[in-house]
Amino acid sequence: MIPELGHYALVLALVMALAQATLPMVGAARGVRPWMQLARPAARAQFGFVAFAFLALMYSFAISDFSVAIVTQHSHSEQPLIYKLSGTWGNHEGSLLLWVLILTVFGALVASFGDNLPPRLKARTLSIQAMISVGFLLFMLLTSNPFARLDPAPFQGEELNPLLQDPGLAMHPPMLYLGYVGFSIVFSFAVAALIDGKVDAAWARWVRPWCLLSWTSLTGGIVLGSWWAYNELGWGGWWFWDPVENASFMPWLIGTALLHTALVVEKRDALKSWTILLSILTFGFSLLGTFLVRSGIITSVHAFADDPTRGVFILALLAIAIGAPLSLYAMRAPTLRGGGLFAPLSREGALVMNNLLLATMTATVLLGTLYPLLLELTTGKTISVGGPFYMATFGVLALPLLILMAIGPFLGWKRGDVKGALQRLIAAGICALGAAIIAIWIKADGPILAPLGLFVGVWLLVGTLIEFMERIRLFDGKPGRVWTRIRHTPRATYGMTLAHLGLAIAVIGMTGAGAWKSEEIRLLHPGQSLTLQGYDFKLESVEGVRGENYLADQAHFIVSRDGRFVADLYPERRQYMVQPMPTTEAAIRSGPLADLYAVIGEPDGKGGWLVRVYHEPLVTWIWFGALVMVAGGLTSLSDRRYRVGAPVRAGAAQAVRA
Amino acid sequence: MRRLVFLLPILIVAILVAVFWIGLDPKRDKSVLPSALVGKPAPMIDLPGLHEGAPRLTLESFQGQLVAINFFASWCLPCRAEHPLLKQISAEFGVPIIGIAWKDKPDDSRAFLAELGDPYVATGTDENGRTGIDFGITGIPETFLVDGNGIVRYRFAGPLSPDGLRNQLAPAIAEAKR
Amino acid sequence: MSRKRLRLYLVLATLVVLGIAATLILRALNEELVFFLSPTQIAEKQPNAGQQIRLGGLVEAGSVKKSGETVAFSVTDLSNNVRVSYRGLLPDLFREGQGVVVQGAFDGAGQFVASEVLAKHDETYMPPEVAKALKESGRWQETEGKGTAQPAVTQ
Repeated sequence: MIPELGHYALVLALVMALAQATLPMVGAARGVRPWMQLARPAARAQFGFVAFAFLALMYSFAISDFSVAIVTQHSHSEQPLIYKLSGTWGNHEGSLLLWVLILTVFGALVASFGDNLPPRLKARTLSIQAMISVGFLLFMLLTSNPFARLDPAPFQGEELNPLLQDPGLAMHPPMLYLGYVGFSIVFSFAVAALIDGKVDAAWARWVRPWCLLSWTSLTGGIVLGSWWAYNELGWGGWWFWDPVENASFMPWLIGTALLHTALVVEKRDALKSWTILLSILTFGFSLLGTFLVRSGIITSVHAFADDPTRGVFILALLAIAIGAPLSLYAMRAPTLRGGGLFAPLSREGALVMNNLLLATMTATVLLGTLYPLLLELTTGKTISVGGPFYMATFGVLALPLLILMAIGPFLGWKRGDVKGALQRLIAAGICALGAAIIAIWIKADGPILAPLGLFVGVWLLVGTLIEFMERIRLFDGKPGRVWTRIRHTPRATYGMTLAHLGLAIAVIGMTGAGAWKSEEIRLLHPGQSLTLQGYDFKLESVEGVRGENYLADQAHFIVSRDGRFVADLYPERRQYMVQPMPTTEAAIRSGPLADLYAVIGEPDGKGGWLVRVYHEPLVTWIWFGALVMVAGGLTSLSDRRYRVGAPVRAGAAQAVRA
Repeated sequence: MRRLVFLLPILIVAILVAVFWIGLDPKRDKSVLPSALVGKPAPMIDLPGLHEGAPRLTLESFQGQLVAINFFASWCLPCRAEHPLLKQISAEFGVPIIGIAWKDKPDDSRAFLAELGDPYVATGTDENGRTGIDFGITGIPETFLVDGNGIVRYRFAGPLSPDGLRNQLAPAIAEAKR
Repeated sequence: MSRKRLRLYLVLATLVVLGIAATLILRALNEELVFFLSPTQIAEKQPNAGQQIRLGGLVEAGSVKKSGETVAFSVTDLSNNVRVSYRGLLPDLFREGQGVVVQGAFDGAGQFVASEVLAKHDETYMPPEVAKALKESGRWQETEGKGTAQPAVTQ
C-alpha cells in the first residue's frame, strides 16, 4: 500500500509541477498577479508530494519490503539499519528520487524565503525550476519507477553492494546532489533574468547564497567520495580521474568560476552575459554528469546499469534543458549592456583570468572524459585517458591559477597596483621558494610537479595569510583597534580567506601524496615483518572475525619505528554473506605528516599472506584543506548581508570593502 | 560578429548532443556474432545432482533428444525474472530443461526452486563454476539448446522474456527439431 | 581605458590561454594515451616494448599461478592468449573465467608486465571494453539487460 501511495504522490507532484511550470510564466508575461502567486503554494505542494514519496521509499527499505523491486535488489533484512536507509539512494531509481527531492527542496525554499524578489523574477524562476522537475518526474515515472513491484515477492533481498556499505558513502550522494542540483536554482534565476532581459547587481545578490550553498555542498560531496575511495577501495589512492569523478568535478570547476564572476556583476555591474552563461553551463554540467553516469555511454568502474532508453531520455532532457536557454542566450545576451570599465590589471582583470583558466581547465577535463568516446566513434579504437593526461594539461593550467589567486585579493577594483601587491608578497615568494627547494632535497628525482606544486601551495598559503594580516593591519595600532577590525571584517571576507587557505592546504597535500607515496608488497607469514620508509610492519596474526553481515580475515600488524611502537593496524578481507563478493577493508593510521595504510590480500595456502602497505605523505592535508574550504563557504553563507531573504540594502553594507 | 560569439555555446552543445546521440545508438557495437559453441559438441557435463538422492547430472543420459540447458543461481535476479517462462518451454515445445545451479550453495538453490517451482527434469550443481566456464557463459542466466547428437544448436544469453521466447528461442527450437 | 581597448585585451588573453591549453592537450594526447587491445590484436601486431596498453579479456581457467608476491595468468579472448605477470594484490573480484582488464607493457623479453589489474565489479556484468574485445574475436554474444547490479557510486 505504502509504495502505491508513494507512486501516486509522484504523479501528483508531476501535476503540481506542470501547473507551476506554466501558469506563473504566463502570468508574468501578461501581468496577472494571482497566476504568478500560484507558484508559491505549487512549489510547496510539489515538495510535499515528492518528500512523501521519498519517505515512502525509505520506509519500504527500512522494513525490508521485498515486494518493491529495488528493495530486493539493493537491500537485505540482515543488513545494518543505516545501510538499509542509505540503500534508498544507492541505486538508480532511488537516487533519481533523491535528485528530484532536492530539486523541489530548492524550489520550495525560494518560494518561501524569496519574498524580497521582484514578483515577476520570482514567478519565472519558480516556473523554470518546475520545468526541470517535470522533465525528471517524467523520466522517473516513464523509465525508472522506484516503486515497481515484484510478484511474487521474494523472501529475501540481495543486499546493498558491499562496497557501498560505508558511512562515508552513505552520506556522499545527498551531499553531492545538494551541490549538483542546487545549481539548478541558479540556472533558473539566470533563465528568468534572460526572459526579463535584466541582469544587475541585485540579481547577483539574490543568486549568491544559492550559489554558495551549492558550491559548499558540492565541495563536501566530492571530498566525501574521494575519502571513501581512499578508505574503501584499498588502492591507496584518493582520485582516479574516472569519468564518474570527473562528472562531479566539472560542475565544481565551473561553479567556482561562477562564484567569482557573480562578484564582479554584484560589485561592478560588468561581465553580465558571461555570468549568465556560466549559470546555465554549471547546471548543464550537472546534467551532463547525470547523463554520463546513467546512460552507460562511457566506461567507468562505477556506473549505473546501462539502459539505452534511459540514456536517450536524459539526452533529450539535456538537449532541451540546455539548448533552449542557450538559444535564448544567443538572442538576448547581446542586448545585455556591460557596465563598469576596468583596467586589465585590476581585481576584475584578475577575476577574468580566474574564469578564463577555470573554464579552460574544465574544458580539458571534459575533453579527457569524452575523448575515448570520440575516438571510438571515429576510428573504432578503444583507449583510456588516465592521470598522466590530466597532470600534463589540467595540472599545468592550475599553476598560474594558484599563483594568481594569491595576488588577486590585493588588487583594487577598477585599477590595481600589481607592483605594490607583489612587493607585499615577497615573504610568500621566499617561503614558496624554500618549500620548492625542500621538495627537491627530499626527492631529487621525483616528478617536476612536486616542487612546483609545493611552490604554488605555499605561495598561496602565505600570500593569503599576508593579505588577511594586512586587512586587519595586525601590526598597526593598539590591540584593541586590531580586535575591532577583526570583528568588523565581513563574514564574506573571512569566507574567501578560509576557502583560499583551504585550497592551499589541499594543494600541498595533493602534491605530497602524489609525489612521495611509496608502497611495498610482500608475502608474509605471521611473525615476519617488512620495512617501508623506516617503519617496520610486523604481521602479528591473521584471525577470522565475524561482523554483522560478513565474515572476515582480520590481520594484526604492529607498526614500529626504530624499535618504538607506533600503531596497531587491523586490515580485513571481508566476505559478505549474501552477495558472493569479497571486499578489502584497509587499515589506516592517519598522521599530520603521513598516513600508514595496510591492506591484506589472499593467503597462499601455506600459511603466508600477501600484504601491501603504503606510506602516504600529507594525505590528511587534503581532507583538512577541504574541510577548511567548506568552513569558508559556510562562513560566507552566514554573512548577514547575503542571507537568504535578507532585505536588499545597497549603500550601508557596501561601504565596507569586501 | 558579436552575435556569432553568443551563438558559440549553443553550437558546441549541439555538436556534443549529436555525438552522444551517435554514441547511444544501440547498434553501435552490437555486431552480434553467434556463440563459438554453436554447431560444435557441447562441453562435457558431469555434476552432482542438486536434489537429495538424485544421480549425477550428465548429458549422455539425455542422448537422442533435444534438451535445453539453463544456467541459474538463487542470487541472480534476472534468473528470478525468467523463471516462470522456463515451464513454458517444456510445456509448449516439449523440450525438457536441465538446470545447472551456477556458483550457488545447494541449499540456496533448493530453496529457490522450492519457492518458485522446479521446471527442470534434472538439476546439477556447479558450485565452482567450472562447467559454466566450459560453456563460455559470460554471466547468468544463459540458456543453451543441445540436440540429440550432443551438438549445441543455440545459445540465449541473458534472461528470457516472453518476446525473446517467441521470437528467438521458439524459432531456434523449431530449427533444431528439424 | 575605452570599451574597445578592454575588449581587445580580453580577446587577447582568451587566445593566449586557449592557445597554451591546446598545445598542452595535443602534446598530452600524443604521449599519454593508453590503447585498449585484445589478445587477438596483440597476436596480430605486437606492441613495442615499454608502450603502455590496456589488455582485456577473460582470465583463462586454470592459468593462474602464484609464487610469492608475483602472480601469472593468461588473458584470453577465446581465440588468442597473452601471458601476464603481475606483482601485487589482485582485486577482490579477480577470478578465473571472469572478465578482466590489465594495464601494463611488454618488457624486453616479450613478457607482459601488468602495473594494474582491474576486475569487473559484479558477477552478472562484463566491462564494456572486454565485451567489445570478445565480440570482435567472435566469441561472445551480446546479452541484453544483464548489467543489473553493478556497484553504483551514484555520481
